Amino acid sequence: MIKVMIGNHAVSYGVMLSRVQVIPAYPITPQTSIVEELSEFCADGHLNARFIKVESEHSAMACCIGASAAGARTFTATSSQGLALMHEMLHWATGARLPIVMANVNRALGPPWNIWNDQTDSLSQRDTGWLQFYCESNQEVLDTVIQSFKISEEVLLPTMLVLDAFFLSHTAEAVDVPDAQDVDRYLPRYQARYRLDVDNPHSFGNLATPEYYQGFRNKIQDDMIRARTVAKKADEDFESIFHRSYGFTEAYQCEGADLILVTSGTVVSTSRIVIDELRKEGRKVGLLKIRMFRPFPFDDVIGALKDAKKVAVLDRAISFGHSGIFAQEIMSAMYNQPSKPLIYSYITGLGGLDVTPRIITDIINDACERDIPPQESIWIGGKS
Amino acid sequence: MSSTMPMQEYISPGHMACPGCGAVLAMRYILNVLGEKTVVVIPASCWSVIDGVFPYSAVRVPLFHTAFETAASVASGIKAGLDIQGDTETTVLAFAGDGATFDIGFQALSGAAERNEDFIYVCYDNEAYMNTGVQRSSATPYGAWTTTTPVRHPKDRPKKRILEIMAAHEIPYAATASIAYPDDLSAKVKKAKGIYGTKFLHIFSPCPTGWKSKSSQIIKIARLAVHTKVFPLYEVENGFTFHINMEPKNIPVREYLKLQGRFAHLSEEDIADIQRQVDEEWEHLLKRALY
Ligand SMILES: Cc1ncc(C[n+]2csc(CCOP(=O)(O)OP(=O)(O)O)c2C)c(N)n1
Ligand code: SF4
Ligand SMILES: [Mg+2]
Repeated sequence: MIKVMIGNHAVSYGVMLSRVQVIPAYPITPQTSIVEELSEFCADGHLNARFIKVESEHSAMACCIGASAAGARTFTATSSQGLALMHEMLHWATGARLPIVMANVNRALGPPWNIWNDQTDSLSQRDTGWLQFYCESNQEVLDTVIQSFKISEEVLLPTMLVLDAFFLSHTAEAVDVPDAQDVDRYLPRYQARYRLDVDNPHSFGNLATPEYYQGFRNKIQDDMIRARTVAKKADEDFESIFHRSYGFTEAYQCEGADLILVTSGTVVSTSRIVIDELRKEGRKVGLLKIRMFRPFPFDDVIGALKDAKKVAVLDRAISFGHSGIFAQEIMSAMYNQPSKPLIYSYITGLGGLDVTPRIITDIINDACERDIPPQESIWIGGKS
Repeated sequence: MSSTMPMQEYISPGHMACPGCGAVLAMRYILNVLGEKTVVVIPASCWSVIDGVFPYSAVRVPLFHTAFETAASVASGIKAGLDIQGDTETTVLAFAGDGATFDIGFQALSGAAERNEDFIYVCYDNEAYMNTGVQRSSATPYGAWTTTTPVRHPKDRPKKRILEIMAAHEIPYAATASIAYPDDLSAKVKKAKGIYGTKFLHIFSPCPTGWKSKSSQIIKIARLAVHTKVFPLYEVENGFTFHINMEPKNIPVREYLKLQGRFAHLSEEDIADIQRQVDEEWEHLLKRALY
């Protein structure tokens, strides 16, 4: 069924179709309408879930952790300050090996207050052991919610799906809402492999010696690596039922490209148009969309970029004192390759700054003109 | 002595508490009553260690260790998770120290109590952050030494009146109890188990290590706490109905204080001051209570 809906509601529909059982929630712009819609679904009986109105995001994640440990399929959503407040519990969810799924609507962190799009919130949680997917359209958002449960429950690690503030969260698009029966076939009801069970009592998370501790961390990494295979299969199975798939990355016009622009989220859509225009002018330029950020899709990234002369990475985030966060990741992925492109880091679009076709073209032209990438990121747009 | 306490034990030998630890007795008495259909949540505290080192556990019911400030929110989640899967029988017990309850986890606890989440929340109160080496908490009593309230500058504020604060949430049941009076404690746990909603039990749990007292005297100290009116045993139903469960013998506070090194620095004047404060609080309680 095709429905016109905003990105936030695409999340809510994905959650309803996934038959989530516990939803602890706390409001924050621009996430709020995800959980408002879910509270309606629960109140109307469209979704048989416990909706818990916790008093903070820290408690929202703690509550997810409890519910998931009890064996329930669990979801929450947040943004920016809320995600930052959860930080401690993001690590806890991973260490406790709980397949929680969360939507994060990318929003700038204060001060100064700013509610618009910026990826620093989710990228700051890079090392918490959550899988991360950056979505480009409302359809992708809905589908990724469903895929996330499939992957998380297999590898017993949590997943964060990420969507741009306003550009997706509050923008309506036509979305093909999958049939509930088809989703049930793809994602059967949750049967936790390990849970708090009075008939089989165990202590979860008690003190561990360094030997065991490191062993547990090693297992997390192994399962993160395994998540690539699992996510690939989840995407293929999804395609066979719903006729849509997304991959970890999407290489657009990368064949024979001298320069490839790398970016994520809704900037990808704008960039596609720019690439088309430049290709028409005979420029050899391509585009790489990064959808899966954790686990990092090394093979896809290396495969797409290795033959290019230059790569320009457009980041909507900054690691102060270093460079754009995606740029760092791309550089590290390419470093050991025998043939590798020059990699340029561009920062733009912070705090919701509009990333226009003009800006994207400027970035591509700038990278083409500079012989050597500067050590520091190049900032585009914004007032000084 | 005849006892109403059931005999089934859920804590095994080999736990890692100091000898004479009140927190172990508190857990033991509670699980004796709650039985095997119980899930326990433990935030950072001495109990994070007492349970034992992986792959061993000293507790024979499922136990979930969690971050310091999250006992009430994790317990809310577990209850909801069990509930939606059709298990409405299992009791969820949050078992947290005074630091986790009075201080860092207070927001989450207040939130859960306001929502009237269906679990039993126990604060085992040893009046300081013991796990990290005896730092003051807002449960540390006036005049006490801790490593962050040295004797030159002991705690200069009274203990937070947590039971009244919790009762003010109008939860169905809030009560104090003591490891020195297991029958009273057990009866309260049993009562709490039979009530829907948030039940808060504040359990006096002496810590010989942090209180600089003898392991052999902790029960005596706990009894004196009740009979000097330092820690009266009472309960509050639905936020308004106060009921005192044991009439104190009116022993002077000096008798209680003198068994604990953490009060050794107090002058006669200080002790008189504490006596005055304790009497005042007792009067305050009497005004609200029915015997
Ligand atoms: C967020 C956070 N801050 C600090 C700590 C360190 N910490 C662990 S236990 C503890 C004190 C616990 O005190 P209490 O709740 O009274 O329990 P007790 O140790 O006395 O049994 C502290 C400060 C922590 N684990 N997490
Ligand atoms: S320090 Fe105190 S509370 Fe902690 S285990 Fe020892 S006696 Fe028990
Ligand atoms: Mg304590």
